[in-house]
Amino acid sequence: MGEVNIVKLHGIGANPYSKRVEPALRIKGIPYEFIEEDLSNKSQLLLKSNPVYKKIPVLVHNEQPVVDSLIILEYIDETWKNAPQLLPDDPLERAKVRFWTSFIQQQLFEAMTRVVTCDGEIQAKAIDEVQGKMKVLEEGMKEVFPGSGSPSIDGDNLGLLDIMICSTFSPYKAYEEALGVKILDPERNPLVFCWVKALNELPLVKELYPPHDKLVALLKVVRENALRVSSST
Amino acid sequence: MEQVQLLGMWLSPYSYRVIWALQLKGIAYEYIEEDLSNKSPLLLQCNPVHKKIPVLIHSGKPICESSVILEYIEEIWPQNSLLPCDPYERAIARFWIKFADDKGPIVWKICGTRGEERQKVIEESLEMLKTIEEHGLGDKKFFGGDKISMVDIAFGGLAYWPGVIEKVLGRNLLEAHKFPRLHAWTKNFKEVPEIKENLPDFGRLLKRQT
Repeated sequence: MGEVNIVKLHGIGANPYSKRVEPALRIKGIPYEFIEEDLSNKSQLLLKSNPVYKKIPVLVHNEQPVVDSLIILEYIDETWKNAPQLLPDDPLERAKVRFWTSFIQQQLFEAMTRVVTCDGEIQAKAIDEVQGKMKVLEEGMKEVFPGSGSPSIDGDNLGLLDIMICSTFSPYKAYEEALGVKILDPERNPLVFCWVKALNELPLVKELYPPHDKLVALLKVVRENALRVSSST
Repeated sequence: MEQVQLLGMWLSPYSYRVIWALQLKGIAYEYIEEDLSNKSPLLLQCNPVHKKIPVLIHSGKPICESSVILEYIEEIWPQNSLLPCDPYERAIARFWIKFADDKGPIVWKICGTRGEERQKVIEESLEMLKTIEEHGLGDKKFFGGDKISMVDIAFGGLAYWPGVIEKVLGRNLLEAHKFPRLHAWTKNFKEVPEIKENLPDFGRLLKRQT
């Protein structure tokens, strides 16, 4: 080997998109420097690395920037080919992982964002949407993990879907407390619930996520800010 | 012999993405036109989650979502590759494919809107096109260099839709002096034989919008 690999991750500690990249770097044993960005005062490096969207996370590998959390994850998998692999080898299985990753991002995550940032009828509709999509996800995951009740979680062998599920649902208790909304229900979504519980037991996940009280406080702040902005426009 | 089927719809640029990829790789396939007002049992069975086209069916297994299908095609049939080998170049390509997915569709909204809303949509579309012009294209023949790639395919709808929209609006949208690179790209893209032979009929598209 003997290659020099300087890896910097521009992100925000509690941000779920940043939280997708860090587990991948850690489980592959890739040393990196985390640079906390202030979105009200974006660094020159961030603006230069992501001129189109000016968003985090940005992975800078030997001064080359890679943007968008899901694109970063595929880049990590293709550049550091050591185990664990984030995507399976088989093209059909890879297509399934990409399909469900896209579903979680576009259908679920965005509806969940509306649950946090909206109120009244818009929030009520978003909650219905999330619950409907959770049902679809539950059915879909039964196909991806046929047979037993839930996927077996190995902290050293997490894949892309584990990372997506974790970054989206890990703080489910905080959502419940901050918003009074049940996103993940053990009776309605038994497979995903067990999966998230198992992920939350991993030392890596406990290390990466702020404690429950801090997450609740953070969600409340995000919600207050969003509601204030929308009521003043 | 492997069986490849494509469930598609002539109006959809996402459907054409898959056609172009299969054609460029020389893959034989059966094309099945879907009536989206009366979706076939096959479509509903193959894509129960979204019930949308395109769907690629390979040896009986369905693959849904055009971007997912394109990556699958590239992995199964690596000849005439549509993605670069280098992981960093691939990340750049995927960035622009995602941009096409996320931001591209604004253009299709122009014809369906009126008045102030239409003006807003036109302005957003021009912003999107400006971003591609300034950051995406450079001075190369195609997005990735001298050879056509998955990024060009992802943006392929922009090679023919603006012409239809301009006829409907009665004015220029993609002016040559403001978008010289996009103009050059459109010409290069449409000259590739597999693309030239597989474009929707302009008259038929126009009739649908008016």
